Amino acid sequence: MQIDNETKIRMLKEMLKIRSFEEKIQELYHAGYIPGSMHLSTGQEAVPVGVCLNLLKSDYLLSSHRGHGHVLAKGGEYKYMMAELYGKKTGYCGGKGGSMHFANVKIGVLGTNGIVGGGICIAAGVGFSIKYQKSEKVTVCFFGDGAANTGAFHEGLNFAAVLKAPVVFIIENNQYAISVPRKLSDCVEDLSIRAAGYNMPGVTVDGNDVMAVYETAKTAVERARSGGGPALIECRTYRWHGHHAGEPKDGLVYRSQEEIDSWKEKCPIKRLREALIAGNIITEKEVDTLEKEFQQELERAIDFAEKSPYPDAEALYENVYIDEG
Amino acid sequence: MRQITFREALNESLRYNMRNDDRVFCWGEDIGVLGGAFGVTAGLINEFGPGRVIDTPLSEIAIVGAGIGAALGGLRPVVEIMYIDFTPGCMDMIINQMAKIHYMFGGQSKVPMVLRIVTGAMGENAAQHSQSFYSFFVHTPGLIVVTPTTPYDAKGLLNTSIASENPVIFVENKRTVNIKGEVPEENYTIPFGNADVKRQGEDLTIVATQALVYDALKVAEEMEKEGVSIEVVDPRTLKPLDKETIFNSVRKTGRLIVADEGCIHCGIASEISALVAQEIIEYLDAPVIRVGSPDTPCPFSPPLEKAYIPGKQELREAIAKIM
Ligand SMILES: Cc1ncc(C[n+]2csc(CCOP(=O)(O)OP(=O)(O)O)c2C)c(N)n1
Repeated sequence: MQIDNETKIRMLKEMLKIRSFEEKIQELYHAGYIPGSMHLSTGQEAVPVGVCLNLLKSDYLLSSHRGHGHVLAKGGEYKYMMAELYGKKTGYCGGKGGSMHFANVKIGVLGTNGIVGGGICIAAGVGFSIKYQKSEKVTVCFFGDGAANTGAFHEGLNFAAVLKAPVVFIIENNQYAISVPRKLSDCVEDLSIRAAGYNMPGVTVDGNDVMAVYETAKTAVERARSGGGPALIECRTYRWHGHHAGEPKDGLVYRSQEEIDSWKEKCPIKRLREALIAGNIITEKEVDTLEKEFQQELERAIDFAEKSPYPDAEALYENVYIDEG
Repeated sequence: MRQITFREALNESLRYNMRNDDRVFCWGEDIGVLGGAFGVTAGLINEFGPGRVIDTPLSEIAIVGAGIGAALGGLRPVVEIMYIDFTPGCMDMIINQMAKIHYMFGGQSKVPMVLRIVTGAMGENAAQHSQSFYSFFVHTPGLIVVTPTTPYDAKGLLNTSIASENPVIFVENKRTVNIKGEVPEENYTIPFGNADVKRQGEDLTIVATQALVYDALKVAEEMEKEGVSIEVVDPRTLKPLDKETIFNSVRKTGRLIVADEGCIHCGIASEISALVAQEIIEYLDAPVIRVGSPDTPCPFSPPLEKAYIPGKQELREAIAKIM
């Protein structure tokens, strides 16, 4: 498959958008500006970007607790995300959700999720609604390798297959569920082989190679969009930091520095950036400019979040039910 | 006496039981090298090895279900589900299996298993990591429900739970995990269904659970200066419930506030209020007041979460109303 240069540049841009966000909020979290708990996706940027570049604004997305990257790749804006992280009224969920519970239905983000595996069965049903209404949308559902061991994973994939629902399930395999490594969690090499049990395509791909993710997702998304049913893609990647921001020793209790460093070597952004510069597709200077623009946008987002008010006291009682008069 | 935290008291009990009974083992997510999300199992894997302190796949149905199976096979599992918020995903195992096997099969088999879960709102963890709905479990015949407050109670009640032939839901509140208290080094047990009067008083009874016990004790101290003498009763186990200790206190004071972090509607506070109304209403000088979480999910935003979590402020308001 030939990927045009414009798309490659967009890939880099989108990954930088996520990386810049994650690094900035990590700083803000440690400085005490962001309350609650927060799961960073630094190092995993190629997955949301490679997948979401195949999506339309009207397509649906469901995600996990580690969802900032997915929301950004689907078109989420810094300022509303930042305001949500700060617990402000102007955030995507009015401050009700925070890091683990982002949603922006206008761009198809039906929700990240504090419950591991919580989105998988829901995605099957969202897919069904698309098919039922004879629309041509697609649903993508991101979750971790840990989530692939929930009962919900098996029920959700099977039902999606039975329904022939247009859903692309993405396992973002970063090798750990908090401290528990793959070898204590499952007995397979490729999690994608589980797709065979539901008679849907299952592919494992280098999740730090954004072009490989893009191409694999393209096949699955097009197949789903044209009525071919669901697929499962496993993207092999790694989270650079602790399970959550502020985890003791930043993940070193159960992982070695050598392991972390070896994955940093395989940084998806560095990889694409070097390839694009070597191929004269972008210049060093243009990349710097992109990075600076994201930094400026982040400063504006922080300013917006800081100046925004907290929700009114009555907000506690709002949205529990829809008022039907 | 020596002071240790609630977390350390539980750790001590687990160690004691694992040393003394080979049938006892622990499993759950991240309980090994990480020592559990709240550090309760810290270091156990070093002493007992990964064969008895088992990090599980992220599979709540199997964690509870296979725990039940291990108990049926003769072991004494101490199973951890990190947050109560994750138990709905395996509720069938808890409600339809763990609770019912002994009864349904005519008493032939037993499930001597302890299911440890963490509850409570704290630290802006929002709707899916802040709940306290253990009243669901009280509502289910066949389960023992234990809600220790102090490190002393934690150790004694975990010992009793592990020794029990019945399935036990052992509830640990986030806000109390790191609070210290006096705990004897030697081993001891606290019977189920045995409430503890945490403070003596004459004018008002506050029946409180877990973090709200500490809040009630602080407020009681403040109120003492204003001439209101408050008795604080901690049920310690919600099933079985020590009605007599609660009733005796209410007979003495004539006023009752029940404080529990669960949502007020249909919670344990409602049950205790109903029992008092049904059995000793003639002793009440004022309507009972329940203090608990509002009938909403827990919001993320710090000021909203603060308003959500019941505590000293809500107790003071209730006292102002009842006196
Ligand atoms: C049902 C459920 N069980 C446990 C947890 C606690 N928890 C949060 S994230 C996590 C690990 C998730 O691992 P994985 O699915 O691989 O995603 P990752 O964090 O690696 O991105 C656990 C155990 C939870 N939130 N929900």
